[in-house]
Amino acid sequence: MATQHSRSAARVMMAPAVILLLGWMLVPLTMTLYFSFKKYLPLRGGDLGWVGFENYVRFVSSSSFWPAIWTTLIIVGGVLAITVVLGILLAILLDQPMWGQGIVRILVIAPFFVMPTVSGLVWKNMFMDANNGFLAHLWRAFGAEPVQWLSQASLPSIVMIVSWQWLPFATLILLTAIQSLDSEQIEAAEMDGARKFSRFRFIVLPHLARAITVVVLIQTIFLLGIFAEIFVTTGGAFGTKTLTYLIFQRVLESQNVGLGSAGGVYAIILANIIAVFLMRIVGKNLDA
Amino acid sequence: MARAVTPRRKLINTLVAWAIGLLIFFPILWIIVLSFKSEGDAIRTPIKVLTSAWTLDSYAVVQERSDYFKHFSNSVILAVGSTLLGVIVAVPAAWSMAFVPSDRTRGILMWMLSTKMLPAVGVLYPIYLLFIQLGILDTRIGLVMVLMLINLPIIVWMLYTYFREIPGEILEAARMDGASLREEVMYVLTPMAVPGIASTVLLNVILAWNEAFWTLNLTAAKAAPLTAFIASYSSPEGLFYAKLSAASVMAIAPILIMGWFSQKQLVRGLTFGAVK
Repeated sequence: MATQHSRSAARVMMAPAVILLLGWMLVPLTMTLYFSFKKYLPLRGGDLGWVGFENYVRFVSSSSFWPAIWTTLIIVGGVLAITVVLGILLAILLDQPMWGQGIVRILVIAPFFVMPTVSGLVWKNMFMDANNGFLAHLWRAFGAEPVQWLSQASLPSIVMIVSWQWLPFATLILLTAIQSLDSEQIEAAEMDGARKFSRFRFIVLPHLARAITVVVLIQTIFLLGIFAEIFVTTGGAFGTKTLTYLIFQRVLESQNVGLGSAGGVYAIILANIIAVFLMRIVGKNLDA
Repeated sequence: MARAVTPRRKLINTLVAWAIGLLIFFPILWIIVLSFKSEGDAIRTPIKVLTSAWTLDSYAVVQERSDYFKHFSNSVILAVGSTLLGVIVAVPAAWSMAFVPSDRTRGILMWMLSTKMLPAVGVLYPIYLLFIQLGILDTRIGLVMVLMLINLPIIVWMLYTYFREIPGEILEAARMDGASLREEVMYVLTPMAVPGIASTVLLNVILAWNEAFWTLNLTAAKAAPLTAFIASYSSPEGLFYAKLSAASVMAIAPILIMGWFSQKQLVRGLTFGAVK
């Protein structure tokens, strides 16, 4: 049993991490809240006084707000749908007996380790460029007119780039979950004459439910904040301005800090709603 | 769950899986190919690209023109520095939560996790302003601090889940034999914890290496790591496919290799132990 002595020692050992994180959370958060109630334009007069909730109202009533929300939802929803569905299929495939399984796994996981600016630029130039990109060459080879991916089909292109980055993550986690499935259960079902689809529907899928939820929640947190992929490809043009990107533009590009901070508060609230669900799942696991 | 299957079935599995694996890996493979071509050849049709001469020129040019290794060493310093600093802060915390749990341990862990979910853009301006006022904008020390803080919750969590697997009885035995707290940590706990700490370091170096929100927004010429350096190719002049490919290959190669060794830890670290 822990003694009084070790308890106080434990508290001291925990202190640096707790204090650092507390500061990291509270100081900027307080500042964001503070700025969000001010008219604050660093390059055009600085602090111009308190304005109450005006920034909050202006942020949501600006013409860029709803498009940004839609863009965000399309990107997050699109990437989630693609990565989860393909992730399940890939995880099942990779779980089958085959030659060179380890190498295939490495090939599939690789995109996750590519830094976001690299994958954004590589896709933009080497693949999606309408003159010299790989896809343009491919299209021409089949006699088709090359597509201006990032301007004509900007959102699907971004969804595609981001899905490429996140598919490995979904696959890896779902594969880990599948591998923990009891093979006797499958064999028993097989012997009972369960068809492939019903084996998948009634045994594999329920077993994966928890892993899928975790994938969805964690990816949502990260996807809400994607930045570099848009920064280096479209720079927010052609309808690819997400909530994160809109706030970034308000704060750093047009230096309207009050307005951007109000947007930041909205983003924080949104992330918190999703976080609550994720924490519940993680918390449950902590007890087990 | 390896099951016996017919050789024919296994062959089909193998072919399909390799085809899909290569398709997913193809963009990386392609920039490796382009990086060994001249700029003129790199924009030709894929078949002509493959049949044209191979050269190492782009690698030399990237270094000459843009001082590539400065950015590379910035990346190393930021990733390794922030991770080691994080581990130094996190080991005692994770140790005490794993071995001297109290009623509040669970709450503290969950709260730490919640700080990770704070959207970066929500606190962009405050951090930017603090960096200006502290005079650490575009410095490595400032970025090391930020990267350490954003990864600290993951480091604490990963170490905690590893430490919790170490049987407490061993520590108690050591205590009964008269080991002091310091001796207990040094001679009993640390050797058993080394694999867990190593995995934690590995994953967090990868995460810090690839971090591309704060590194893009808080650096300019001096402290820019590879993420920011590569971003400068978003408004290039003239032909640049081979150069961008060479710069990209050098930027992702070390982390790709590390990543292959950290598959297991990736799952544990990024799902906070929720998927095993």
